Amino acid sequence: MKPGRHLALGNEACAEAAIRAGCRFFAGYPITPANEISHYMAVNMPKSGGYFLQMEDEIASIAAVIGASWAGAKAMTATSGPGYSLMQENIGYAHMTETPCVVVDVQRSGPSTGQATLPSQQDIFQARYGSHGDYEVIALSPWSVQEMFDLTVRAFNLAERFRTPVMLMADGMIGHMKEKLVVPEYVETIERRGPTRPDTTPFGTDDPSLVPEMPLFGAGHKLLVTGSTHRPTGVRDYAPEYHQMKVNRIREKILRAEEEISDSISVDIDDAEVAVVSFGASARPCYEAVKRAREEGRKAGFLRLRTLWPLPEGLISDLADQVSALMVVEMNVGKLVREVERVACGRAEVVSLSKIGGVMPSVYEVLKTIRGVL
Amino acid sequence: MSAKPLRYYRDTYIRSQPSTFCVGCGNGTILNCFVRAIDELGIPKDNVLCVSGIGCSAWIPSPNFNGDTLHTTHGRALAFATGAKVFNSDLVTTVFTGDGDGAGIGGNHLVHAARRNINITTILVNNMSYAMTGGQIAPTTQHGETTVTSPYGNPESPFDLVKLVSAAGATYVARWSTNNVVELTRSIKEGIENEGFSFIEVLSQCPTQQRRIFNIRDVVHRLPRRVLEVIEESTYVRGRPVWENVRYAVPKGSPDDMKAAIDSMALPEVESKLVVRFDAGRVVKVVGEEGFDWGTVEALESVERLLGPNEGKMELGVFVREERPEFTESLRGIIRKAGGE
Repeated sequence: MKPGRHLALGNEACAEAAIRAGCRFFAGYPITPANEISHYMAVNMPKSGGYFLQMEDEIASIAAVIGASWAGAKAMTATSGPGYSLMQENIGYAHMTETPCVVVDVQRSGPSTGQATLPSQQDIFQARYGSHGDYEVIALSPWSVQEMFDLTVRAFNLAERFRTPVMLMADGMIGHMKEKLVVPEYVETIERRGPTRPDTTPFGTDDPSLVPEMPLFGAGHKLLVTGSTHRPTGVRDYAPEYHQMKVNRIREKILRAEEEISDSISVDIDDAEVAVVSFGASARPCYEAVKRAREEGRKAGFLRLRTLWPLPEGLISDLADQVSALMVVEMNVGKLVREVERVACGRAEVVSLSKIGGVMPSVYEVLKTIRGVL
Repeated sequence: MSAKPLRYYRDTYIRSQPSTFCVGCGNGTILNCFVRAIDELGIPKDNVLCVSGIGCSAWIPSPNFNGDTLHTTHGRALAFATGAKVFNSDLVTTVFTGDGDGAGIGGNHLVHAARRNINITTILVNNMSYAMTGGQIAPTTQHGETTVTSPYGNPESPFDLVKLVSAAGATYVARWSTNNVVELTRSIKEGIENEGFSFIEVLSQCPTQQRRIFNIRDVVHRLPRRVLEVIEESTYVRGRPVWENVRYAVPKGSPDDMKAAIDSMALPEVESKLVVRFDAGRVVKVVGEEGFDWGTVEALESVERLLGPNEGKMELGVFVREERPEFTESLRGIIRKAGGE
């Protein structure tokens, strides 16, 4: 895609953005509704001098991405629910080894094969807690084709900045939708911090960001990269203090930067008495419903999360003090609402509008629920 | 093999720290052969990347190899290595895996890496069990073998990994044991030099687990040698002369009784010895002089049957040397085609 205006598919916008953000390695496995990302990569990655690999499964795809990242690549894989489940162990490996990479989940409706072609937002807790062990995750949620582009660029920048896997939690609706896309002439990119001295510790740092420098293979650093608990040098060591040091730091480096990472859009929120909280595709009818509620004279506001994790707790907490009701709209049986309830802690009524079955909540459904609480 | 002192290899290639391997483990031998191979090839250590999965085999390079190592998740080493090798094809990439890691949980990646013919050398350490986790049956454990997860005998039959990986398309395939250090070192060199997927299976001793699996009763310091004897008696090298005047007597009942019966015949031209074979269990190896009439032993009541010199044994050697398009080279061809250079 050339810079300028296009009528583009969400999945293609994602792939184009990845290449523009510097992605030069993509490994994936066929799955609906994420396939167009692979198709676009297969055509365009080699044109940029990058590598497109179709692996034998999703486990191998994320593994190859991690291997390529340590060889110096900005690397990405894309999948949907079943493949995302398969990737979880190696996503945990990426957390433990602090490997920058981007994982796109074009969410579909499950459990299991479910409604393979239809959208959902059911994997948001899998993004947060899917792998075993303790870690913090960065997960972004685009609501439009343009945001498929913009947030993919951001996902790469966050991955490189914080040396961590970043989840782009798209869904079948956004991935398979054609909409206006403006491809900019230039996208701002962040590069990972390489070693500044030969004896750098690849898994420990004094830097206040808590993000260690990342040496690469083949440069004489005698790297020990392991998913086992390790010392800052990489040497495997199961001692409690090393495990605590490691896990606390990889959590803290994300939590400490919450303000920098957090990204949300508020509409009509300042004087709102009810706040509609949503993200991704389900936020689209919410936006329209809030506008109509305002036309009806109801003081409704709209909070759209573009980062799901880390959760912008401060923002939601402030809202809980301000509004009488928080209304969470999502395409699952009610997942984000649990988090909102936890943060609101009884200060505001929390209402869930959840929709499953591979269909979006309608503007009318959202509006009706707003009328119900206002 | 070169005549450099052991100290040279240790100082040049080994990360100094206490070994985590059990006394008499075959892994040290394999590491030794590997570092000699890269030394003899003159490959700069900084260009070498060792990737491994989970299990004792994974600990051969990580942390022992004093270069770049990637110690990954169980069974996935080849997939990780694929990503690293594709993006930086200058990395001389070697995967260390085990029979459980490489042929069990990682079997899918093994056949697909072979099919792609990616320029990676895979050293699969086969101790015929999941040894690190306690000696459970692996996809390489013999039928009928008793382990902690096959207390009544293994109901499954093992893979022939050489056949599997050959069929999948590897362009260099060899099998050796830790008894064959010269041949193994040569094969690792040939594997690294092969422009494609190289697979080297190494039958290795695990004194800790195989003592139970092979039912060897002996003191600890003699166990490694005893297991190596099992491997020796259960294998033969392709192309080498067959030792014609040997038979293995399989007992109907007790192997000890059968040996006593053979010995009581007091044949001056015959020597007998109780040995363990991983395909046939405890059998009596009978060495006769040339022209000996084996019918006299075969006729004994306690003898079930006689096995020929190499009958039922596992073949060692180099099995495949082929040429086929290599994966990373093909990928670079695609980039040229797309004009991305």
